[in-house]
Amino acid sequence: MSSLPALLVAAPLLGSVLALLAGLIRSNTGWPVALVTAAVQVVGAGVLAMRAFDSTVSYVVGGFTAPFGIELVVDGLSATIALLVAVVSLAVLAYSRAAGPRTNAFYAVYLLLVAGLTGMSITGDVFNMYVFLEITGLAAYALVASGEGGRSARAALKYLIVGTIGASLFLLGIGYAFIATGTLNMADLSTQLAAVGHTEPLVQAAFALLVVGLFVKVAVFPLHAWQPDAYAGSPDSVSALISALVSTVAAYALIRIVFTVFTVEFLQANPAARSLLVAGAVVSIVFGSVLAVSQTEIKRMLAYSSVSQFGLVVGAIAVANETALIGATIHLVGHAVMKGGLFLTAGLIATATGARTVDDYEGLIQRHPLGAGVFGLLALSMVGVPPAVGFVGKWYIALGAVEASSWPLAVVILLSTLLTLAYFARILERMFFRDASPHSSAIRTAPDGGVAVDGVSIGMIGVVVAAALAAVVLGTLAFEYGQLLEPTVQALLS
Amino acid sequence: MIDLLATRGYFLVAFLLMGVGTYMLIGSPNLIKKVIGMNVFQTGIFLFFITSAFVEGGSPPLLSAPPPYVSPLPHVLILTAIVVGVSLTAVALGLIVRIYDEYGSLRESEIREVAADE
Repeated sequence: MSSLPALLVAAPLLGSVLALLAGLIRSNTGWPVALVTAAVQVVGAGVLAMRAFDSTVSYVVGGFTAPFGIELVVDGLSATIALLVAVVSLAVLAYSRAAGPRTNAFYAVYLLLVAGLTGMSITGDVFNMYVFLEITGLAAYALVASGEGGRSARAALKYLIVGTIGASLFLLGIGYAFIATGTLNMADLSTQLAAVGHTEPLVQAAFALLVVGLFVKVAVFPLHAWQPDAYAGSPDSVSALISALVSTVAAYALIRIVFTVFTVEFLQANPAARSLLVAGAVVSIVFGSVLAVSQTEIKRMLAYSSVSQFGLVVGAIAVANETALIGATIHLVGHAVMKGGLFLTAGLIATATGARTVDDYEGLIQRHPLGAGVFGLLALSMVGVPPAVGFVGKWYIALGAVEASSWPLAVVILLSTLLTLAYFARILERMFFRDASPHSSAIRTAPDGGVAVDGVSIGMIGVVVAAALAAVVLGTLAFEYGQLLEPTVQALLS
Repeated sequence: MIDLLATRGYFLVAFLLMGVGTYMLIGSPNLIKKVIGMNVFQTGIFLFFITSAFVEGGSPPLLSAPPPYVSPLPHVLILTAIVVGVSLTAVALGLIVRIYDEYGSLRESEIREVAADE
């Protein structure tokens, strides 16, 4: 059982191959294979998380001892992200049974994405992280392209080209760090980089390249260009999965690189490095929200909302104290649940009523009360209404910024709540306080809308309701979780 | 300056390749050429790694060979990165085939026109 970390990556890989092989025997058999694999993954990640919160679990791959070989290191933070990946991928499966692409190839790539994301969250080696980053990327490009028509193919190609640039910059940054120190192990790198000197140009360049490379993957403004197209162009279940997990795990990687590899001392020695993070955060929060307000398509609006929310997480990384980092972790988990839930709800509403734009949502409460209710609840949670999880994350991050007396950032973080309200209020007002216009009732009776009503399954409704409940329940548990995470964050910052 | 060029020539070429690749990636209106640009960009990075591992008069890290030894790690890393690059190219070309089937063109501007008409 001590090889649990390795099995956590191997299980979805095996499942991916099995899903492909099952397709040779009978088509459309990928879903059960994926379901079993995802369930195993949840159990494995759960057991690992329970152990990792007691003490850090590490596993040496292939018997080559660290720092020479590849090491998998699982602490409280990585275990949280690994568990989040497992749970969200299981939940989205329940949705995609009726809604999503049904081919075996789709589920094979789906599990490949889970393997890549899990690998990124538990690896303790920077080059290994690059490889998992590319596996995640490749699987995500293929999933985005699984939609029908030219739009998803164009979105996927754009995502591929921009994503590859990001990953290549990350690789170049690894090259700089490797030339400076001669090691790739994260823990070893942190001591070696300190020995080389945190103000050496080589080390500074490595930091800049690694961080900018990950900014592309996190979709920080202005490197977010791939994201709205990718989220809006892919099938509903895929946009939920990708929006909930891919940027989240990239943001986790950013936390790892900044704090495990470069450490807080590096940030203190280089004010410019911190300015880079602050600039990314502020620009993302403000412009992400402004662009979200100006969107007409629901899924594009949700995508720009992600740009703004990840600005908050980057802001917390720039603040670099205990409270802010706990906030960043809670917000990562909370954002995954809320944004994944919002995308699934948007998909559910589109399947049931054909409404895909902001104007279509007028008077939705009469046509589809459940969808409108859940969407409203998740939107309010995202704005940060207590006791939902969106509130707790923002509260911790804002509190951290105040503790560190970084006032400009604190103001922008508080402002972000208002900005989030700005784009969700448009929809809430249309859903609950307006009557359906003739335009949107025409959509309701449109032939494809009528056919699609049959497409809503119990699984789809169940997942959407579960996401809304989770957003509230996690909010009440988040303070306890914050205390549980404290030792991990202290170790990260020391 | 001349001295720097003479001793760091390989690094210079590697970064030149990255620049050329990025320019093609952004500047070329043709999707295939964009992918070629992406490959050139990545090749620049591969060469950068390989160049950094060069040791004057070095020998492979075998006990039977005389020192100084060359670290094999950058080469191994780049082998992995090449495999990743090949898969990326394959996926990109697959997507381009689909786009061509759908829009009947490889030029970005024409594809945008057809997409706007839909």
